[in-house]
Amino acid sequence: MKRYGALLVTDSVDLAVLPGTIHAIIGPNGAGKTSLIHQISGIVASDAGRVLLAGRDITHLPLHRRARRGLARGFQITSVLPEFSVLENVALAVQATAGSSFRFFRPAATEAALNQPAVAALARVGLEARAADPARRLSHGEKRQLELAIALAAKPRVLLLDEPLAGAGPDETARLVALLDSLRRDCAIVLVEHDMEAVFALADTISVLAQGRLIASGGPDAIRADAGVRTAYLGEAA
Amino acid sequence: MNRLVPLLAFAALAAVPFIPFGREGGYVLLLVSRVMVFALAAISLDLLLGGGGMVSFGHAAYLAIGAYAVAILDANDVSEAWAVLAAALGAAALFAAGTGAVALRTRGVNFIMITLAFAQMVYFAAGSLAAYGGDDGYSLIARTELFGWPVLKGRGFYATAFVLLLAGYLLCRMLVASRFGRVLRAIRQNRQRVQAMGFNPFTVQLTAMVIAGMLCAVAGVLLANLSEFASPAYATWQRSGDLLIMVILGGAGSLHGALLGAAFVVLLEEALGRLTEHWRLIFGPLLVLSVLYFRGGLAGIGAKRD
Repeated sequence: MKRYGALLVTDSVDLAVLPGTIHAIIGPNGAGKTSLIHQISGIVASDAGRVLLAGRDITHLPLHRRARRGLARGFQITSVLPEFSVLENVALAVQATAGSSFRFFRPAATEAALNQPAVAALARVGLEARAADPARRLSHGEKRQLELAIALAAKPRVLLLDEPLAGAGPDETARLVALLDSLRRDCAIVLVEHDMEAVFALADTISVLAQGRLIASGGPDAIRADAGVRTAYLGEAA
Repeated sequence: MNRLVPLLAFAALAAVPFIPFGREGGYVLLLVSRVMVFALAAISLDLLLGGGGMVSFGHAAYLAIGAYAVAILDANDVSEAWAVLAAALGAAALFAAGTGAVALRTRGVNFIMITLAFAQMVYFAAGSLAAYGGDDGYSLIARTELFGWPVLKGRGFYATAFVLLLAGYLLCRMLVASRFGRVLRAIRQNRQRVQAMGFNPFTVQLTAMVIAGMLCAVAGVLLANLSEFASPAYATWQRSGDLLIMVILGGAGSLHGALLGAAFVVLLEEALGRLTEHWRLIFGPLLVLSVLYFRGGLAGIGAKRD
């Protein structure tokens, strides 16, 4: 099998994300999880180390060029375009991958080539009923769904999610977990999450970060059994 | 509201030359011409401010660039419209691309200050053009003509300004609704999200600055012809401030708001200027009140709120 995914080395953090899998990154607050996601996605420049996507070095590419290569991301604090309709949010993401955006004359809002894939992405996350509403009117959980639709619309190779379940209620959490589970087919997912139940239910591989260092990495069972992880992290939570 | 108000506004502008104002007729036409020239400049600024969230405090520089394109060619006995337009648009595009590339490396207050600084450079550069009147400005020998046809004289000026304003307005509307405009509007709302989608905000915003600059230079060409004069004062920061006031007062982002704002500012300036030379003392508080009570600007009055 051809191996492709992201490889990252920072402060001796070295992880590989395989296609079709969910790779969870857990660790106590301040462990560097968000920094790691920022470095992979290109919001923060790495001082050393490399990021590879499908075997190609993307370490020195800016955020938008990494996105073009197939790296999509959600943010810890939900990040949508509040004034745009839900549909337009996703249609813009489609536009990023579908031809040039230096088209000045035809109205974009009625372009079927943009709207059809956008509707499909919305249907995928179960948000098609809200397509016409302004994004700012969505509930917190719905905004999370919208972020996923935006990410999916770009047909990414790797999806980086920073605490997608944060702030979601129990019902919303169940829905989002089921959704994430189904997304595995489309792309590799790097998942930073505090909800341990969700992490152990979803992840194929779990990497544990503490003080910026990788202290363990393996399947859910191996992580559950790891004594070092227990004391460093799970022990506190239990 | 978004269709009705601009339609009414342009209908009113089209009707003005046919209303019998008697002896005041010439004066009214001149005044409304002035409104239209500044409306074109303000609409181009709204493309940046309302469209892209770029608070350019140096937009008047393009008025001066357009005006001096007329003046410098005039001094060399050229008054053909195509030559004047080519010079004005070319110079504006170069200036916008050069200064924009620097200014767009910053945001917020720094962007405001850098655009202001570049406009001041234009102001001082224009003042140092000794061959073209220096600080005193330059009086045109002849107005710009189209194939020898005096399109910018008398009623011709009004008609030409009207057509250019309408074309500029429709162009901006189309731009804002296009793929390009959609990215521009998205950058204003959430820059990082747009980057994460795979767009480069820099090139999109720079393109907008070039387009807006060129459009404002057209207004500069008209302004020079209207007053038969090109002055470094066209590029002053007060003038840039006036343009910002027009856009904000009219309601940024609506485009036709810039037209209403320009009409309001130019007409109020004229009316208050008759009352007292300290008209800004009255204008200031009016501005504060309107910003406090009409959040969406003139274009937002009567519009639905949610």
